Amino acid sequence: MEHTIVGYFLQFEIMKNLVEMASSTLGFNASSIIAFIIFLTASLILLLIAATIGGLGTFAERKISADMQMRPGPNRVGPYGIVQMVADFIKLFLKEDIVPVNADRFLFYIAPILAIVGVLGTFAVLPISSGLIISDLNVALFYAVGISSLVGLGIFLGGYASNSKWSMLGGMRGAAQIVSYEIPVILSMFTVILFAGGLSFGAILENQSGGPIGWYLFHNPFTFIAFFVYFIGILAETNRAPFDLPESESELVSGYNTEFTGMRYAFFALAEYMEVFVVAAFASALFLGGYKIPFNIGGDSLIGQVLQAGMFFTKVALIYYVVIWIRWTLPRMRVDNLMTLCWKYLTPIAFFNLIGSAVWIYYFGNKSMWNLIFS
Amino acid sequence: MIPYNFDVFMPVVILLFVGVAMVVVALIAAKIFRPHNPNKIKNQEYECGENPIGVAWSVFNVRFYVIGLIFIIFDVESALMFPVVTVFRRMRDQGMGGVVLIEVLLFILILLAGFAYCWRRGDLDWVKSYKRPEGESK
Repeated sequence: MEHTIVGYFLQFEIMKNLVEMASSTLGFNASSIIAFIIFLTASLILLLIAATIGGLGTFAERKISADMQMRPGPNRVGPYGIVQMVADFIKLFLKEDIVPVNADRFLFYIAPILAIVGVLGTFAVLPISSGLIISDLNVALFYAVGISSLVGLGIFLGGYASNSKWSMLGGMRGAAQIVSYEIPVILSMFTVILFAGGLSFGAILENQSGGPIGWYLFHNPFTFIAFFVYFIGILAETNRAPFDLPESESELVSGYNTEFTGMRYAFFALAEYMEVFVVAAFASALFLGGYKIPFNIGGDSLIGQVLQAGMFFTKVALIYYVVIWIRWTLPRMRVDNLMTLCWKYLTPIAFFNLIGSAVWIYYFGNKSMWNLIFS
Repeated sequence: MIPYNFDVFMPVVILLFVGVAMVVVALIAAKIFRPHNPNKIKNQEYECGENPIGVAWSVFNVRFYVIGLIFIIFDVESALMFPVVTVFRRMRDQGMGGVVLIEVLLFILILLAGFAYCWRRGDLDWVKSYKRPEGESK
């Protein structure tokens, strides 16, 4: 119970007083209602932040790509063009909604909703700081893997329901790619879960510390390899270049979202950029120590929470930058190379990591290689 | 004192509810502002400007189906592995590490045997080489 945002607030006297006051006014125990209201508000704020992050992702993409190609990028709307995302949103908001006449209307309507809800659902377990987490489920990773597979479903349904050949090809490619790369990603997660001994982010972050030596990335050789397998896997799962085959704009027009216009297209684009953020956040929590700051400065106080959130967002922003950097550096892969890379390289490597970590646990327990070297 | 009696999944349900509500509200709000004047040509599916020929829901490449089958096997495997990897460290501390390790290895080895079979059969190759029978002209 204490690993939620309400649990964090309830440590303070003022919250307890508020609950007691509400209880005496209403005549019954109001703690659940207060908790409900806090959760509702926190969810709303978090999801608005999530949407802003998605918008900032599109802005960052355009600005960084412009920087890499030595051109200014968007710079008209607001200082440095930072309000560009609002302009984009208003434009997409006012666009006509076109449904192809032969499309499967029901699936066409729900596909973008599935894609975006799949991403928003994962924000429930995102460990932004030790107090700011909607719910630290004891099956957080399992839940995240499950709910984020709705995105793949949305992409496939979007391609299928349009009844357009480009969309169909994109959707099929997207489904095949997302399900294939799910295997190495999950197996790399197992490597960390083995050492953490729990599926919740509380358990995963418990044994990591602020400094790089305490991260799972440098825990032992197997987790080190697992990080890179995970990273390649998330690039493919979020359809980022060099794995952007489902929407490869030069050969498939726009892939699965060819027929989508206006807000429905905006939801697909937003889902993609938010998913990059989410998987980058998971990468930072699993391998890079998440929100942990050195020497636990600030502790549980509000300043500590702000520092932790800053640490978290810094790490995620760095990973995000690398993801964009890779997109504008590498050319797109061919579809047969993509499948070969997944099934013939990443999956065997991930299995090797899993077996290696299991044997490591059996012989050395939870000791990291630094413990073994310096003891 | 139990501060509130929610299930732990309740916050997640609230968040999902808020998420769906946000999306639906945005769609409905956009419906008020956006224009709506469809015509026959606008509502065609895009096929590079030509009139579309046939429908897209036709027979599709079987390789996607094979990949789907292999994926299901691996996904079930990972769903079954989740609890094992979670308790593995705890079991080792209780002195039962050997049993769990052998179990895990056995499980993975059986799976890898199937994986090797798929690999050998060529199901993982995207482009299969076609060998023409002897004497057949191109």
